[in-house]
Amino acid sequence: MDFLVFQYPMITLQACLDGILLGVLFALIAYGMALQWGVMNIINIAQGDLVILGGYIAYFMYLYGIHPAWGVIVAPVIMYFVGIAIYKLVINKVVDRDLFISILATFGISILFMQLMNFAFGADVVLANSGYGTTMLFDNNVVLPNSKIFSAFISIVFAICLVIYMKKSKLGRAIRATAQNARAAKILGVDTEKVYAATFGINAALCGVAGALISITFTIHPYMGLPYTIRSFMIVIVAGLGNLPGVAMSGMGLGVFEEFADYILGTEFRIGSVFLLLVLILVYRRFKLSRKREYLK
Amino acid sequence: MRLNKIILSFVSALVILFSTSVASFAKVVGDKIILGAAISLTGKYSSNGVHTQNGYNMAVDRINSMGGVKVGGKTYKFDIIYYDDESNPKRAAQLAERLISQDGVEFMLGPYSSGLTKAIAPVTEKYGVPMVEANGASRSLFTKGYKYLFAVLAPANLYLDVAIETAVELNGGKPVRIAQAFEQDAFSQDVRLGILDAAERTGSKIIIDDKLPKELNDMAATLVKVKQMKPDVLVVSGHTKGALTAIRQIAEMKVDVPMLAMTHCDAAKLSKQHGKNSQYALCASQWHKSLTYKDDFFKDGMTYAADFEKEFGYDPPYQSAESSAALLVFKDAFERANSFDQKKVRDALAATNMQTFYGNIKFAPGGQNVDKPMVLFQVMCDASGKCENKVVAPLKWASAKLIHPIPKWSER
Repeated sequence: MDFLVFQYPMITLQACLDGILLGVLFALIAYGMALQWGVMNIINIAQGDLVILGGYIAYFMYLYGIHPAWGVIVAPVIMYFVGIAIYKLVINKVVDRDLFISILATFGISILFMQLMNFAFGADVVLANSGYGTTMLFDNNVVLPNSKIFSAFISIVFAICLVIYMKKSKLGRAIRATAQNARAAKILGVDTEKVYAATFGINAALCGVAGALISITFTIHPYMGLPYTIRSFMIVIVAGLGNLPGVAMSGMGLGVFEEFADYILGTEFRIGSVFLLLVLILVYRRFKLSRKREYLK
Repeated sequence: MRLNKIILSFVSALVILFSTSVASFAKVVGDKIILGAAISLTGKYSSNGVHTQNGYNMAVDRINSMGGVKVGGKTYKFDIIYYDDESNPKRAAQLAERLISQDGVEFMLGPYSSGLTKAIAPVTEKYGVPMVEANGASRSLFTKGYKYLFAVLAPANLYLDVAIETAVELNGGKPVRIAQAFEQDAFSQDVRLGILDAAERTGSKIIIDDKLPKELNDMAATLVKVKQMKPDVLVVSGHTKGALTAIRQIAEMKVDVPMLAMTHCDAAKLSKQHGKNSQYALCASQWHKSLTYKDDFFKDGMTYAADFEKEFGYDPPYQSAESSAALLVFKDAFERANSFDQKKVRDALAATNMQTFYGNIKFAPGGQNVDKPMVLFQVMCDASGKCENKVVAPLKWASAKLIHPIPKWSER
């Protein structure tokens, strides 16, 4: 145990800021998950692998001399079509089956993606350098890499765009209608098949953005997707489906929680503490739910 | 019912036929000595698995073309049966079992990584199959009392203790303050044990001792602590991911530390991926092409590197060099044993005392090579931003002088 973090206010501030910047990025991935979970009732285990694939797109742009930040524009476009393709090939066959089938199917996609990426891109750990430099605050006591600030900013921009799109556009309304009641939407003339495909595509595109940002801020590797799936799953569980401010808040909360767990318990307990939190929240939710039921009786 | 019986007897006949024919598959067929190897050709170790395979193949071709192995007045050639272990320890153990009991291999070459070697060693030990491995450095491999395991490389605990000793020396013999962050895997934890030993020996104090998770992507927390506590040395080991993450975040967070020592710099292609940001990092390596060891087959490191590049199109990492050395060791042992008896070959291996382009090789009773020190190189960049790894320790092979302390970020 290390309580250094509470003795120096600057470290506390640093941990909070690091956590928030990280959390915003998680929230973006989680929002994609929440969207398709809500609309199609599918938990996408391959979420993290889509993120990594997006990262590779930015990385290859970087390799060919294009600044990886452009990956934020290119990756989602490519990933949108990858998403549509996955939907047409696999997801549309499991979309109205039970949750277990969809988990199995996406688990399979996840393994396939990992192996394919490993085969195509090699097993080396890679990253794209943005050359953005660093922002120093409070007499150099708090350092924020500009690449992290950039990713947080881009994540927020994409999240806002998406919210507006969902509210105002025709497809957005169709998506929301399908999420509320697919059958009713179908009766009223919404082409739910198209809505599902678009939703999965949008989710993949969001993963693409996040992946491009991750290649700039962290590292990518074919087998690194799972932690992102787990974190987004966790954020969605905490926030609930279709609750965007909730997703943003729980994303940032998780980021800060992770950073503090890292400082206090040590880096080795970082991921473990996320799992522990997940269990606690599930137990708490169940507890709350059971009380509600009693009340109803 | 009758049909069932027919099928059953047919299958059992096949089984009997197969099990008897296995015996005729021997390790030495005609003029060929067949070695077996399970290597990671797919999965997360595939890049290093391929380096290992290239190293083996290069040595096989070289030895065969230069007269092969002479045993009992007859000349033999090497041949290797490869299987892909998919970077999976369970699969590696199965494949070792298969190589030995089905393919009849009586001599094995090691896989890539300590983890996979650990999975295979009990199998080769059980069957009394001598295995020369080149890519498993974990100390725990050499404390189990294995009799048939020989490693041409120095054990993991020796990777970075030179760095600590150098730091103490540069500090005027006074103890230093060490910050360390290690991934939680067998190899990195062994490197950590080596640092703990070196710290105790020199009276140095470890002020930060972090363990990095396997999913490591972010070590900002450790680096913030480093910034506050200002240690004299920062040691990081977490395979390629650890090296890349550390350099990226140290540069981004402008962490000033007088000495930065790490592992896996060349595997991570640090100087290529990070350019000038990786400058001054000290890296432990089993081998460097500029070392002056010599042998009859590859001449020296420089020639090896040039030949390797001609054949495979890239500069050989140390994983390839040590793999090639494993074949040289086998050749030497076969000739001294003058027999293919596993016990005799094993004893000859244990008595190995030779020099290869890769380094001197002499095995301790545990099987590790005790005659080859680790080298430390430092990433050095010129004004145009081109970076190179230059050996700085041990002094005997140093091609450049260690730059210490590392200049502050504000002065770069």
